[in-house]
Amino acid sequence: MDKTQNNKAWFLVLPVLLLVAFSAVIPLMTVVNYSLQDTFGNNEFFWAGLEWFEDVLHSDRIHAALGRQIMFTAIILAIEVPLGIFVALNMPKKGFWSSLCLVLMALPLLIPFNVVGTIWQIFGRVDIGLLGHTLAWLGVDYNYTSNALDAWLTVIVMDVWHWTSLVALLCYAGLQSIPEAYYQAAKIDQASRWSVFRYIELPKMQGVLLIAVLLRFMDSFMIYTEPFVVTGGGPGNSTTFLSIDLVKMAIGQFDLGPAAAFSLIYFLVILLISWVFYTVMTNLDKRDGV
Amino acid sequence: MAQITLSKLAHSYHPTPKSEADFALKEMDHVWQDGGAYALLGSSGCGKTTLLNIISGLVRPSHGRVLFGETDMTDAPTAERNIAQVFQFPVVYDTMTVRENLAFPLRNRGKDAEYIKRRVDHIAAMIGMEERLNHKARGLTADAKQKISLGRGMVSEDVNAILFDEPLTVIDPHMKWELRTQLKSLHRDFGHTMIYVTHDQTEALTFADKVVVMYDGRVVQMGTPQELFETPAHTFVGYFIGSPGMNLLDATVQGSEATVNGVPVQLGANYGSVTGRVQIGIRPEFVSLTDEEGLPFRLTRVEDVGRHRIIRGEVFGKPMNLVAPEGQPVGADARVRFAWQMVNVYSDDWRVAPIGARAA
Repeated sequence: MDKTQNNKAWFLVLPVLLLVAFSAVIPLMTVVNYSLQDTFGNNEFFWAGLEWFEDVLHSDRIHAALGRQIMFTAIILAIEVPLGIFVALNMPKKGFWSSLCLVLMALPLLIPFNVVGTIWQIFGRVDIGLLGHTLAWLGVDYNYTSNALDAWLTVIVMDVWHWTSLVALLCYAGLQSIPEAYYQAAKIDQASRWSVFRYIELPKMQGVLLIAVLLRFMDSFMIYTEPFVVTGGGPGNSTTFLSIDLVKMAIGQFDLGPAAAFSLIYFLVILLISWVFYTVMTNLDKRDGV
Repeated sequence: MAQITLSKLAHSYHPTPKSEADFALKEMDHVWQDGGAYALLGSSGCGKTTLLNIISGLVRPSHGRVLFGETDMTDAPTAERNIAQVFQFPVVYDTMTVRENLAFPLRNRGKDAEYIKRRVDHIAAMIGMEERLNHKARGLTADAKQKISLGRGMVSEDVNAILFDEPLTVIDPHMKWELRTQLKSLHRDFGHTMIYVTHDQTEALTFADKVVVMYDGRVVQMGTPQELFETPAHTFVGYFIGSPGMNLLDATVQGSEATVNGVPVQLGANYGSVTGRVQIGIRPEFVSLTDEEGLPFRLTRVEDVGRHRIIRGEVFGKPMNLVAPEGQPVGADARVRFAWQMVNVYSDDWRVAPIGARAA
């Protein structure tokens, strides 16, 4: 068959090319540009090569922030994913109570991030906050502004409060798609509750769980607003996660070169870990199939 | 294994049923004999699946009791009833292999590994899946999955009953026949009570010793295929069993003679005087064309179905079908005659027993 060669068709791709250029490529290239140069103001730039990247990769400060970041993400994933599944399993399947649950569960997701931070910042204050004051009244020595452990607990509980709903709602959607016949067959087969979870519910939730884990990983790895509002990264540097550190470096200290290099590495790390997650989880069930 | 008794059983999905129309199952007393092969036949929505789910305990009946032998099982959970049930659409455990799927009911019942292996191999051979025992169940075709579901239903030997809810809907026609034969031989070998729900009369009549016909939440007749054919207890049975179904004509009946629009029709027995909405029913197989006396017949269509022909027409504006041997000439205007021994009389849709005869 003869195909008509008409290179003008490429023009049809132009709008999307422009869109992607302005929304992604050009901003990213600006960062790349900064990361390879040094400046002392006055809009004068000097070529720095890979110097900033080496600095960042060898920086103890950034290593520490990365360590805190990984620990934070690991903890909230370890809490939110099982808790979300548990909540989804126990939500009413239909009727008024199910609608009510869905609305209540969705509420935290609708609150702007800095408001969430403010809520918990006030909630946890020992002088006026309901939580902080109650704890103090109970004799617990709790103060997130001076105690690193308390600060961590506050930030983690806040994140769990804010985001477990997302995992639960996604899992709930996955559970709702399971036909009643599966549960009936399991009863007929005398399956235990654990078997029903292991062989019916979990496999059917796998797809949405992958999305939930990916979303929660990416979001928590980039978390900025809420801990910044509550603790400002303190006490000391104890809750300074990667993005908080990055902003300090870029805007606080105006170290544009290292901050740009840091951003790029940060971006690549998230991309890499997401890819690993995705590959591992999608291959999990193909492993010993067929 | 045990006889299953439904005592004054009725079920409504309404919390407070007011009229009879609110009941998915009308009150019934019914006994499933131990070891019987039953087909439960009826059109969609007549309550077949509800009845099955009540027996297996997936649905608790709103009224009445379910007895296994002498034991009241009405409130016993499904697991305690030790019943196997196969659903209309395939249910397989995706992440398990075919072997694990078949072994699942046995493992849950705590059987030992060697026994499980023997049973699974046996069942796999029955459903023709020995080759694929170690494949994952996911990714198999719908009919392979349904065969696994069937296999899971048949794998336990000591169940009280095996319930099939239209299990062959998604299976290939040639495989259908084979699986039905397998079910039959399974029944012969183990003598489980089997209840087979279907709306396909061929399936029902080939599988079962006893066919139970349900209509509008009621069991309208239970009997051998021959009884259903010759003496349908309800006009629905006449219409539903047979192809085409029974012909029905409004009539008045006095003694052993019926009158249809002023034309007398001889009956096989004395019915006395019958009240209500009276109809006479005659199977197309027992109607023949004649040049002599009979009911006036207006021919509308002739269908050639191979060994015989189905002749469709009207008598006094009511449809009348008859089965005629091939080669018999068909005139445009003829009369029809009934094999009078085979005429049944119905009052308000229920069969009227002749005087002196045993009630059907």
